[in-house]
Amino acid sequence: MSVDKATVTKIASLARIRMSDGELERMAPELSQILDWVEQLGEVDTAGVEPMTAVIPNSLRLRADVVDADPLTGGGRREDILANAPAAEHGFFGVPKVIE
Amino acid sequence: MTDLTQLGIKPLRDGVAAGEFTAREVAEAFNAAVADASALNAFIVTTPDHALDAASKVDADRAAGKALGPMAGVPIGMKDLFCTQGVQTTAASHILEGFVPRYESTVSQKLWDAGAGMLGKLNLDQFAMGSSNETSHFGNVSSPWRRTGTNAPMSPGGSSGGSSAAVAARIAPAATGTDTGGSIRQPAAFTGICGIKPTYGRCSRWGVVAFASSLDQAGPMARSVEDCAIMLGAMAGFDPKDATSLKMDVPDWAAGLDGNLAGKTIGIPREYRMEGTDAAILDSWERGKQWLRDAGATIVDISLPHTKYALPAYYIIAPAEASSNLARYDGVRYGLRDLPDGAGLQDMYAETREAGFGDEVKRRILIGTYVLSAGFYDAYYTQAQKVRALVARDFEQAFAQCDLILAPTTPTASFPLGENSEDPLAMYLNDVFAVPASLAGLPAMSVPAMQNEGGLPLGLQLVGRPFDEQGVLNAGLAIEQRAGFSAQPDKWWC
Amino acid sequence: MSSYRIHGATGDWEVVIGLEVHAQITSNAKLFSGASTAFGAEPNTQVSLVDAAMPGMLPVLNAECVRQAVRTGMAIEAQINKYSRFDRKNYFYADLPQGYQISQLYHPIVGEGSLTIDADDKAGIPEDKIIGIERIHIEQDAGKLMHDQHPTMSYVDLNRVGVALMEIVSRPDMTSPAEAGAYVRKLRAILRYVGSCDGNMEEGSMRADVNVSVRKVGDPELGTRTETKNVNSVRFVMQTIEFEAQRQVDLIEDGGTVVQETRLFDPGTGTTRTMRSKEDAHDYRYFPDPDLLPLELGEDFLAECRASLPELPDAKRARYESELGLTPYNARELTAEVETFARYETLLAETARRAGKSEAEVATQVANWALSVAPGVFKSLGDDADPAYATAQAQAAILELQAAGAISGGQAKEIYEIVLKTGREPGEIAETEGLKQQSDTGAIELAVDEVIAANPDKVEQYRGGKDKLFGFFVGQTMKAMQGKANPAVVNDLLKAKLG
Ligand SMILES: [Mg+2]
Ligand SMILES: [Zn+2]
Repeated sequence: MSVDKATVTKIASLARIRMSDGELERMAPELSQILDWVEQLGEVDTAGVEPMTAVIPNSLRLRADVVDADPLTGGGRREDILANAPAAEHGFFGVPKVIE
Repeated sequence: MTDLTQLGIKPLRDGVAAGEFTAREVAEAFNAAVADASALNAFIVTTPDHALDAASKVDADRAAGKALGPMAGVPIGMKDLFCTQGVQTTAASHILEGFVPRYESTVSQKLWDAGAGMLGKLNLDQFAMGSSNETSHFGNVSSPWRRTGTNAPMSPGGSSGGSSAAVAARIAPAATGTDTGGSIRQPAAFTGICGIKPTYGRCSRWGVVAFASSLDQAGPMARSVEDCAIMLGAMAGFDPKDATSLKMDVPDWAAGLDGNLAGKTIGIPREYRMEGTDAAILDSWERGKQWLRDAGATIVDISLPHTKYALPAYYIIAPAEASSNLARYDGVRYGLRDLPDGAGLQDMYAETREAGFGDEVKRRILIGTYVLSAGFYDAYYTQAQKVRALVARDFEQAFAQCDLILAPTTPTASFPLGENSEDPLAMYLNDVFAVPASLAGLPAMSVPAMQNEGGLPLGLQLVGRPFDEQGVLNAGLAIEQRAGFSAQPDKWWC
Repeated sequence: MSSYRIHGATGDWEVVIGLEVHAQITSNAKLFSGASTAFGAEPNTQVSLVDAAMPGMLPVLNAECVRQAVRTGMAIEAQINKYSRFDRKNYFYADLPQGYQISQLYHPIVGEGSLTIDADDKAGIPEDKIIGIERIHIEQDAGKLMHDQHPTMSYVDLNRVGVALMEIVSRPDMTSPAEAGAYVRKLRAILRYVGSCDGNMEEGSMRADVNVSVRKVGDPELGTRTETKNVNSVRFVMQTIEFEAQRQVDLIEDGGTVVQETRLFDPGTGTTRTMRSKEDAHDYRYFPDPDLLPLELGEDFLAECRASLPELPDAKRARYESELGLTPYNARELTAEVETFARYETLLAETARRAGKSEAEVATQVANWALSVAPGVFKSLGDDADPAYATAQAQAAILELQAAGAISGGQAKEIYEIVLKTGREPGEIAETEGLKQQSDTGAIELAVDEVIAANPDKVEQYRGGKDKLFGFFVGQTMKAMQGKANPAVVNDLLKAKLG
């Protein structure tokens, strides 16, 4: 078995998903089964093979340094940015108090 | 008067343009069909007014003698993975329930610009993770098809199962889909319709809720190959807002359609002849070869040696990307927030994501988190990307011998809802034939071939070289012309 | 080698310092979105849908940010990587909407380079020292949290989210607070010369993560380091090191161990403390950002970057010494800041043009003026000086009068005072206020003759070998001329007449 309950607990915490004991019990063997199955990739001889970077041969296109050239990717739309926020106050997003 | 809901994109568009009926009549007919079909649970929200408004505009434009777009007068279903301005967009999740975007995805905007209207937002597997439409927060989608002599609700496939169900049930003439590892082709095959995933980069991903960025591609799902060609033409095109968008002209695929395959060579990958594949599926494959031969093509055997490893590679890469893409659902800027009394920020994240994500989404986030975590990255992720490169190389080498590849779309026909839902691995195997083309970013299409002994549709898949959507569509047309698939599900839902 | 030592109870300790400087790249728009980067806007007004990580949003790279990072790399003579990639650094925090920062881990855009910090005896840096720079990568800035606006909530402002940063990672080559301070100052100067960062530390355009460890003098092993985040002034960087080094030594000598951790600097107390919010975030699950393809730089682009580089501090300083004949001190002072050399070069060109001389001929005069005379006058006037009157033209006019012998050094100061107070023209001031010295040989000759005639005994003694008396004759002549004689003319005439 690739992952035990303790490992799943750790992964769930990294992923910020709270999991009850029951869920952990249920999820651990499922994840193990999937991970055992993907581990067959280890059989493939990949010596000298570069990992894929671009799916279709293509290199990165850059954009010009222009502010708000396209309103869809520009700023100045605070109302849109805050419209769906669970707690928007005084133009900010509110979150539980953080101690740094 | 004809039943307008029996018509697809081209006859609707042409009928509106010719004045045989109005766009508004079309919208009203489909709005009514949608309203009658709630038993399918294909839609998460319906937007009859959107369809009517778009139709009225088309009718007014026609009256004013203005040029009409290629989708003018056609109301479509929109997979609820595309952000639509002013209309709730959920990705079938609880965590995005109530989210109303202030922006329109590039693909949906292009469709509206082409004259289409929206019937509603279609149900799907949550965050497009699933192959049966059983992971939606808003309930399963039922296929309109039933196995002969049974009443068990069947899977419409996934993740674009709302789309496939709606098109197959004739409550939408066409719908958008997205395909990450088969999510257009597999549901199309399960429901007896056509669907094409274009070359990676053809359709902008801007405004489409991301599942796995290096794999996600939008595409049309419709009743005919020609309808797919028309709609794909309206959806595709360069978008400067997507850095992976292809800066290439969009050919007029519909105009270029030609079912004569003289001079074309079709490859049959021997590795796709897997154990556990239905006899009927193998039968459909044989018929497919014959149809393509009849259309003038030469059939050759080819090898795609890494086929077996495509699926496990996919189940590392897609969850890894998803685990990161879904980190933004944190209860701060939009969507669900679960904040128990006294909880701090990190607790809020964990509670929100616990309450907001379904099991399959959690499972994939956890797998993705695990394979990227310290000490495992190279063994899993890097190895998977190397295998992916090998899968792509297999195709490249195969395309030195053939122009197109013919394979089944799925290893089985549709299955009853609930049958595979307890076993994630069994479910993943549904996409075994679809995933390789996704990993390689190739254009691929499913076309209905026949029905199995239970009356369920089976699809055939065509895979082409990068950018050769035309070749894929042409071969699809050749199959469509010869398969003569005209079966429709019995209308049990209204 | 620096001699900075912590004298502990168990012996002497040395400190090892590495700096990760985050410098905001000068650009109009953000790294991956079109929102503005301007400082000080209303909260969340400079946020695009992309920056807020709305569903379905995608990054598109700003070419100017790439250009500036490449130019910066060239300025530290670093290897420029023609192939680089962007990776995602995954962690959850309220200032990070995507849940990941787009950065470069595996393939940064700039590789190995270096800069030289200058010898500074007073600071305990006996000679020039080369500090290695491991890499420069491009990444996104995060947003800002405000904790004091609400009793139970923190407020999030995303204006800074997605602003382009260069992270400039030094080798652990520094061994004293002074060296670290000199490194930051030099780096800042280079960035400002290049124009890739405004270097404004108060506005957060430049801040340093300070990595500090200690070890017994002579110990080859490195100690465990701590990283103090976001220190935003040269002085604070130095204070952080002093405090951390002492704290670590005390800790070890008391039998404790240093924990590798992230710390925060408190400017109020000059101390550092553990940063609670970063406690558990050490598995960042970096992987290549699938929304972005590899970044490949062409030769033309690199050539354009290279051609656009200005003369850099070290080169300029060397040229000031070799071509302009300035002293090492003057050359260093004049090249330390962009504003200083820019003002100097303007004034030098203007003065040379007016005086009809080469720049080298007037360079030292202009340097002394720019470094000490002019600032002295300006300072002495306090609020009475109007900076708007301190133009290059006015100052060059004064320097021209002085170079031509028309005014003395003292008169130059007096004229400049009036210029700064009134904006009047220096030539006109010299005329009307009588601030001119006499160069008319006839008048001076008359005075010289009178002085010689009036002091036959002294003339005798001088001619007998008492050279020191020359000054007496100069003084007497100047007095007779009411201080307005050109000293050079006076000298020449006296020498000729006294024989
Ligand atoms: Mg750092
Ligand atoms: Zn950084």
